[in-house]
Amino acid sequence: MGNVQVIRSNPASRPALAAAALLVLIAATLPFWAPEGSGSSWMRDFVEIACYFIFAMMWNLLAGYGGMVSIGQQAFFGFGGYLMLVLANFGGVNPFLAVPLGAIAAAAIAVPVSYIAFRLQGGYFAIGTWVIAEVFRLSFANLSAVGGGSGTSLTALRGIDKATRENTTYWLALACVVAAIALVYLFLRSKRGLALLAIRDNETAAESQGIDVRSMKLAVYVVAAFGAGLAGALYFLGNLRISPDAAFSVNWTAFAIFMVVIGGIGRIEGPIVGALIFFLLNKLFADYGTWYLLGLGLLAIVVTIFFKQGLWGWAQSRWGWSLFPTQRTLKP
Amino acid sequence: MFETALQVLLQGLLLGGLYCLFALGQSLMFGVMRLTNTAQGDFIVLGAFAAIAGLSALGALGLPDALLPWLAGLLLLPLAFGFGYALQRWVLNGTLGKDPLPSLVVTFGLAIVIQNLLLELFSADPRSIETAGLNTRSLALPSGFAVGVLPLLILGLAVAATAALQWLFNRTQLGRAFRAVSDDKEIAELMGLNSNRVYALATAIAFVLIALAGVLQGMRTTVSPSDGPLLLLFAFEAVIIGGMGSFWGTLLGAMLLGVTQQIGFRIDPGWGIWVGHIVFLLVLVLRPQGLFPKTRG
Amino acid sequence: MSLLSTHGLTAFYGDAQALFGIDFELGAGELVAIIGANGAGKSTFMKSVTGLVRAAREQVRFDGQPIGGLPPGEIVKRGIALVPEGRRLFPSLSVEENLLMGGFAGRPGPWNLQRLFKLFPILEQKRALPGTSLSGGQQQMVAIGRALMSNPTLLLCDELSLGLAPIVIKEIYDAMPAICAEGMTVVIVEQDVSTAMRVAQRIYCFQEGRVSLQGASDQLTRDEISAAYFGV
Repeated sequence: MGNVQVIRSNPASRPALAAAALLVLIAATLPFWAPEGSGSSWMRDFVEIACYFIFAMMWNLLAGYGGMVSIGQQAFFGFGGYLMLVLANFGGVNPFLAVPLGAIAAAAIAVPVSYIAFRLQGGYFAIGTWVIAEVFRLSFANLSAVGGGSGTSLTALRGIDKATRENTTYWLALACVVAAIALVYLFLRSKRGLALLAIRDNETAAESQGIDVRSMKLAVYVVAAFGAGLAGALYFLGNLRISPDAAFSVNWTAFAIFMVVIGGIGRIEGPIVGALIFFLLNKLFADYGTWYLLGLGLLAIVVTIFFKQGLWGWAQSRWGWSLFPTQRTLKP
Repeated sequence: MFETALQVLLQGLLLGGLYCLFALGQSLMFGVMRLTNTAQGDFIVLGAFAAIAGLSALGALGLPDALLPWLAGLLLLPLAFGFGYALQRWVLNGTLGKDPLPSLVVTFGLAIVIQNLLLELFSADPRSIETAGLNTRSLALPSGFAVGVLPLLILGLAVAATAALQWLFNRTQLGRAFRAVSDDKEIAELMGLNSNRVYALATAIAFVLIALAGVLQGMRTTVSPSDGPLLLLFAFEAVIIGGMGSFWGTLLGAMLLGVTQQIGFRIDPGWGIWVGHIVFLLVLVLRPQGLFPKTRG
Repeated sequence: MSLLSTHGLTAFYGDAQALFGIDFELGAGELVAIIGANGAGKSTFMKSVTGLVRAAREQVRFDGQPIGGLPPGEIVKRGIALVPEGRRLFPSLSVEENLLMGGFAGRPGPWNLQRLFKLFPILEQKRALPGTSLSGGQQQMVAIGRALMSNPTLLLCDELSLGLAPIVIKEIYDAMPAICAEGMTVVIVEQDVSTAMRVAQRIYCFQEGRVSLQGASDQLTRDEISAAYFGV
């Protein structure tokens, strides 16, 4: 066996990457050419979907790659949102700057939370994280400074005119989406990412190879919390109003699970595909209320049982598609 | 002061009885097949609504009012058994394995389906099961204390259910099969055991307990379609506080949870559930194996 | 007519092939030993016969019927019982309960708790204790007893002597005559060659998933066995 090359990209990924970059560029110019009324609603839609997507992508990182299935990531989503609001309203910080700060705050609180959450495994870890999220919700609901149970508004944005506010929020959302994808992609392509996959496949074997499982898991947990916090801060920036029930609702995780399962867990494209499908379904059927949600639930069940790799994963195994290659193949 | 404390303790213990019934089914399913049923609470609510629906159907029979809820509950139990068996056999068995995700997603999906189905069928209004005044009757105890008859009855049923489950596990062939298949599925199958059927039986029994819990919850207080998640958390906390692997532990954990919640409610009505959560987290940090564990690994 | 026979038996763990066409013949009432180094495929052979590893239908025949590919529960009902490698007692069950689990399939026959306690008296003393709290040798007795409780016509013993002291190994194999007394057919898998030679009438030697030698134990020479064992 002579010199062996390690290849990371596959034929489809280069043109896809170029296309994606072009798409981002076009999207960035949207505020300049979009028609008055509908442009505004497109941008608001985009911000909302961006938040769903970032949250789902981070949930995928945690569950699909870190092997930790959590039903409590909304704790960090809401925490990021509240901290953004607190910094902007009471700390005089520029609200747009407060978004990444809120994300950092979420990452910070993930450390002590992990100390509790990591006591559990598997299915019970999932529910345990939910309890923790509930503690967050109830705690904030009892804080009158932020409006208690009925929540409060983001007053710090009052001085800015609507157009500027909407445009800047939109650009921020676009930047967050690109940053989130880049962060996850680079993380997984790195040596750390490989270690993560090793842990996912066989924890004891990985440990015996010298991988510090505990700190890897903590790292993933913190990164996922950062991402969730980012999504939350961004969401409530766009929403202008926050309340404990909206911030810490388990529905966030439900939607994330849906997007990831439909798209395919443990694959970077998964949340992208899932978010697009979710967005489409939302646009078409959200008016049907309970029947729509019921349908989503059934779809998730069916896909889990019959398409174990998600729809994208199924396509991948059937036709070999892959946009974000993280697997390394040896080329002799 | 002492009287208030005792009253709080009593209320908590009685509440614990109900929480125990919420938790037994979960403890059973997890114990036998390591399956976490995130729809546990929603199935309990479904049970309550099924009883309510059944009541209106039975109402046409012209039986005495006081008898109706108990009859509805009784009829529900075998239905729940069959439903649980079918659910496990044909839906959940396919999700079992090393990866906890499929069973989590499927049960989570079921939770959403149930909640929205109930919303469609019954609207969001809270309902309850009429017990012809049983839920207001109380029993007088010495020193001027009083306990509700219904809560006392619920506690009695909880104790009976726990004892029955423990007896089933320790003294019957089915119980041996449950323990064997959870220890080592491969070798258990080598002895002639059909793991698919054993799992289905475990879930069937769990659903009988779920139905019972639902009916009693509907009698004790109101139920609405979105109540499920909170009941799940109570069930889960009871199991963890008590320690896995022991049904009596679940009962004691449930009682402890009930008491801490009551203490919280006394301090401030907004903090009741929060205190329960905090105690749960404390137990998790200080004694992760639970207070009365009996598991092997 | 042979009780158990395999024809070109192959076995795979995923993509890795472990058995490359095993031909094996066993008559009723015989005691045959399979020897070989670690990884030779001995345990895989046992697992294929008992259904723990998938085999093709015609590759395994028992009592004239093809049994390849049947689930383990079916196979135990037909009268094959396995004493698994490493004993694998149920930790949550007591000694007695472990034994009772063996009888789950409900096959009629001479073996019951009383008879087992006569064969291994120490187990009666410890009947209420958790199975895994016993010593290695005693656990092996429980494992054997558990298999016997299903009243098999064919008993497969996978590495009985693993991790046991020589004196304990002898004690366990001394029980063999009592087990075989009513015509039980036995296959033992052993790494301990001398014990295998002493106890069995015929020997099969496995090497890297193939049969490298077979013959009557009193006719094979040490050199032949060494060569077959190590594939020299």
